[in-house]
Amino acid sequence: MPHNTVAVVGAAETTKLGVIPDMSQIQLHADAALNAMADCGLKPKDIDGVATAGETPVQIAHYLGITPTWVDGTAVGGCSFMIHVRHAAAAIEAGLAKTILVTHGESGRSRVGNPPRSVPPSSLNGQFEQPFGPMGPPSLFPIPVLRYMKTYGVTHEQIAMVSVVQREWAAKNPRATFRDPITVEDVLNSRMIAYPFRLLQCCLVTDGGGALILTSAERAKDFPTKPVYILGTGESVETPMVSQMESFTSSRAFSVAGPTAFREAGIKHSDVDHLMIYDAFAHLPLFGLEDLGFVPRGEAGRFIAERNTAPGSKLPLNTNGGGLSYMHSGMYGMYALQESVRQMRGTAPAQIPAAKVSVCHGVGGMFAASGTIIFSNQKP
Amino acid sequence: MPEPGRALPQPTPETQHFWDGTKAGELRLQRCDDCRHVYFPPRPFCPKCGTRKVSVFAASGKAILDSYVIHHRKVPGFEPPYAIAVVKLDEGPRMMTNIVECPQTPEALQLDMPLEVVFAQQNDAITLPFFRPTRG
Repeated sequence: MPHNTVAVVGAAETTKLGVIPDMSQIQLHADAALNAMADCGLKPKDIDGVATAGETPVQIAHYLGITPTWVDGTAVGGCSFMIHVRHAAAAIEAGLAKTILVTHGESGRSRVGNPPRSVPPSSLNGQFEQPFGPMGPPSLFPIPVLRYMKTYGVTHEQIAMVSVVQREWAAKNPRATFRDPITVEDVLNSRMIAYPFRLLQCCLVTDGGGALILTSAERAKDFPTKPVYILGTGESVETPMVSQMESFTSSRAFSVAGPTAFREAGIKHSDVDHLMIYDAFAHLPLFGLEDLGFVPRGEAGRFIAERNTAPGSKLPLNTNGGGLSYMHSGMYGMYALQESVRQMRGTAPAQIPAAKVSVCHGVGGMFAASGTIIFSNQKP
Repeated sequence: MPEPGRALPQPTPETQHFWDGTKAGELRLQRCDDCRHVYFPPRPFCPKCGTRKVSVFAASGKAILDSYVIHHRKVPGFEPPYAIAVVKLDEGPRMMTNIVECPQTPEALQLDMPLEVVFAQQNDAITLPFFRPTRG
């Protein structure tokens, strides 16, 4: 895909974030979509492409009164929205649609109007993982952590610093769920969930949504918002079963999606001003920093513990507070994208001065899938 | 009413040989007849080279502890804290399991410790493969 030919022109989250018992899941999609349309002065009739996960594009198009010429229902977990952005950029390039809406909404905490979670006992997960006692992501996602720690000599204290530093970012964000400072001791004394991970190393469970509107860079000039251009994109999947990852010290999906996006963007790591790495659990920024090539293998724990991603550092990471402190409805990828867009627009609560390039990296399932988007606010 | 037990697998045509194996006291894996790749979970073709020429064989049942979590929340059929483990079989593939005959503590559960399979019957149809520290 050529660089800088597609831009985000509309971006918004739901009006409220956190606990929203008075809205069903589909209305969270719609609330975010209407906010994104208002952001860039569009109406449903102006949208001709719809991408979503959690609900189907049929439900979203019908609910919002959109007649699309292009839809994408890729649903591979929390990074589905990164992949939607990638597919949307390609679709706009190919002329399949002109103005594409990507929506997310999830009643993750209140669970109003969303389907129950279950693992079919005949699926591979149902046959070869579920009988051994997992209960959702907190019991499965951290499974590689002990192997990663032993391989590279990473300490519990170093990993605890992921949560500490992200809380520092969250403290700057009025919309963050948790804003009070925490210490390494607080993290290591919080309730054990699934050793080695404790409560403060697991994401929040909240309600919310977000939406993006993309169009060609050429048309973007006519919109009231500052265009945020797509520089590069990547995607991949590996396995639905965490037990079947090729490695417990690296994600194959990360290692494909991230470098693909970097090659496409034609940028170096030193060009990156701002970084989002989907943090459903505290080890994900470690895997992301290494698999995307920001630090050598095994050094991400020390890198974060030595405050290289903290406020005031050269590589600001998860500046909204992340899934650990900002919000996490279940499929967090949309909120990481929203923060990248805010940083490129210059409107983030913890704005990085003069930031020009933002990398936004997502995970889906338990290292099952990945999507990476590289944004820039520089004109093509 | 009795408390619900642990979630049990529902075999499919492609996995039936595995569950017949555990019932018969064998840990059955598959090997590609062309490229010799040994793989798991079961499927009637080689995920490495795509051939349908594959054979089922009984694995040694030997493994090492690759990684795990110790789960502290209540799950039907389990008494927390309990380890959800992934073992690496001598033949190569990894599988999720529980570690039995061993304290469920970080001190007792050392990565790379040698393990051996044991079979635990759940009902007439399903026997699950667990692993315990190798004896002697």
